[in-house]
Amino acid sequence: MLDTAPAVRRAPGRRTSGRARPRRRPRFGPYLLIAPTVVVIAVLMFWPMVQIGIMSFQKVGNRQLRGEPAETVGTENFDKIFNDPFFWQTLRHTVLFAVVAVSLTLVVGTLVGLLLNKLGKRMSSFVAGGVMVAWATPPVTAAIIFSWLFGTTGGLVNWCLDLLPDFLVGGGWSDYNWFATPLSTYTVLTVCVVWQACPFVAVSVLAGLKSVPGELYEAARVDGSGPWRTFWSLTYPMLKPIFLVLVVMSIIWDFKVFTQLFIMAGMANRDAFNLSLYGYSEAFGSLNPKLGMGSAIALVLTLILLVVTALYVRVMVRQGETR
Amino acid sequence: MRRLPRKLLLNGTGLLVFLVAVFPVFWMASTAFKPNTEIFSTTPKPLPSHPTLEHFDLVLNGGIAEVSFWEYFRNSAILALVTVLASGLLSLMAAIAVARFRFRFRTTFLIMLLVVQMVPCEALVIPLFLDLKQLDLLNSLAGLVIVYIGFAVPFAIWMLRGFVAAVPRELEEAAAIDGAGPIRTFFRVMLPLVAPGLVATSIFSFITAWNEFIFAFTFLDDQTKYTLPIMLQFFFGRSGNAWGPIMAASTLLTIPVIAFFLIVQRRMVSGLTAGAVKG
Repeated sequence: MLDTAPAVRRAPGRRTSGRARPRRRPRFGPYLLIAPTVVVIAVLMFWPMVQIGIMSFQKVGNRQLRGEPAETVGTENFDKIFNDPFFWQTLRHTVLFAVVAVSLTLVVGTLVGLLLNKLGKRMSSFVAGGVMVAWATPPVTAAIIFSWLFGTTGGLVNWCLDLLPDFLVGGGWSDYNWFATPLSTYTVLTVCVVWQACPFVAVSVLAGLKSVPGELYEAARVDGSGPWRTFWSLTYPMLKPIFLVLVVMSIIWDFKVFTQLFIMAGMANRDAFNLSLYGYSEAFGSLNPKLGMGSAIALVLTLILLVVTALYVRVMVRQGETR
Repeated sequence: MRRLPRKLLLNGTGLLVFLVAVFPVFWMASTAFKPNTEIFSTTPKPLPSHPTLEHFDLVLNGGIAEVSFWEYFRNSAILALVTVLASGLLSLMAAIAVARFRFRFRTTFLIMLLVVQMVPCEALVIPLFLDLKQLDLLNSLAGLVIVYIGFAVPFAIWMLRGFVAAVPRELEEAAAIDGAGPIRTFFRVMLPLVAPGLVATSIFSFITAWNEFIFAFTFLDDQTKYTLPIMLQFFFGRSGNAWGPIMAASTLLTIPVIAFFLIVQRRMVSGLTAGAVKG
C-alpha cells in the first residue's frame, strides 16, 4: 500500500522500482533475516511495555520480589497518583522543562546551523567538529562537569557572576548554591541539556541547507529580501520536514531526561523530581520498592510520548521514509 | 570593500561558537591536571600553572573505590564490544532484508523500528528489572548486554539500510552469474562494500553501551561489576567536591568517546535524521 506512495524526493542509490526482481531464493528469506531482530524487540520492548500496563494495576513490592504473586488492586495506583499534588508538580516540572529546553535547543541549534552554512569550508568543519564534542560527551560526565562549573567553591560561573557589576546581577554570588531550589537546579539542567542537544539540531539543519538550491537564495537576495524574511519564506518551508523530526525528537529526549537530573538533584531531592525520576524513585528509590506505582507513573510518561511518536511516524510515512 | 569585515564577523562568531561548545570539556580536562590549590583558588585560571598527574594517579591506582579503575574499564569495554558485535550482526541481516527485498509486513517492520526508538528506557527499566530477576540475570554483565543489544539494534538497522541500498545490485548479479552462491556473494561483494557503514554503525552502538547509565545503575549491585559511568556517579556522590579526581575520572571516560565520535560524525548525522535530509 504505502510501497506505491510517491516519495517526496529520492535518496540517490535507493532503488525506486517497487518490484523485486524474481529470485531463486526461497520466499521466506527476508523473514529469516529479520526474525532475530523481531524477537529481540518483542522480548525487550513490546513485552515490557505490556508488563508496564499490567503492573500499573497491581501492587508489586518486596513480597512480590521474593516470589509471591502480585495482587491486583484495580485503579488504586492511579487514584493515588492523580490525587497527589506531588504528581502534578512533577508533571509541571516535566512539561515546563521540555518547553523551555526544546525551544532553546531549536533556536540556538538552528542559528548555529545557519552559521555553519555561511562559513567557509574549512572553518565550517572546524566549528562543526568542536560542536560535535558537546554531543559526544557522555550524559553522566556532562552533568558532573556542569555541577562543577556551577559549584559553590571554585565554581567558575559564580566567580564570573561575582566579577560582573552588582547593579547588573546583584552581589553575593560567590557562595550561591545552584542546587538548593528546583528552579535553579533546572536552570543548570537546561544549560547542560541544551549544550548537548544543540549540535544535533545544528548539523541536521546544515545538512538540510545544503540541499536547498543556491539559486533560490540568489533570487531572494536580488529581490531585496532580508535575512529574517529569507529564513521564514524560504529556508523554513524548505526544511519543514527536518524541523518536524527535530521538534519531535527533542520533545521526547527532554521529556524523559533522567541521567543528568539524577546526578544533579539525586534521589533525596524530591522537590526537583520530574516524571522519569519520580517513577524511578517510587520503584527503586527506597527500601520499600513500589514497582506498581512506578509502572503507573511510567505509563503516564509513555502515553504522552506515544502521542508525540504517532505524529512522528505519520510524518516519516508521508515523507516516504518507510518505503 | 565591504566583504572583508563581514567575513571577519562570521569567522569571529564561528570561533565563539567553537569555544562555547568545547569549553566545558576543556574545563574538565584542565581541572584534572590542576593541583588542589589551583582548583579551589579564588581566581580560576584557564590552564594549570603547575600541571600535575596526582589526580590521575589516584584514580588509576585505586584511591577512589574498593576496586581498581581497570576493572570498571574492562566491564565497560566488554559490554560495549559484545553490544557492537551482536547488534552489528542482527542489524546487518535485517538491513539486507529491508533494503533488498519487498515482503509483506516490510512497512510494518520499518514503522516498528521507528516506534521502538522512541520508547523511553526510563520506563522500561521497571519491568526489565523484574524479568531479569526472574531469569536470574540481575547483577550480571550478561543480563545488561542483552538489554543493550535490544536498544542498539533498531537505530543500527535504520542507519545501515542506506548503506546496503547503495551497494549496486549489478555487482551481486554478476557474482551470481559467475556461479557464486548467495553466501559467497555476500562475503565477496556485500560485506566489503558495506564495511564503512558497518564501522560507523558499530561506533554508534559502542557509544550507546559505553555511555549508558540507568540500566547499569539499576541492575548492577557489586562494585566489581560496575561500569565506568556508574563508578563515576558513585564516586561523585561519595566524595562531595574532590573535583580533581572526579574530573580526572571523567576525562578518562570521555576521551575515547569523543575520539570515536569525531571519526563517524558525518555518517551518524545522516543516519540520525533518518533521511529527512535527502542529499
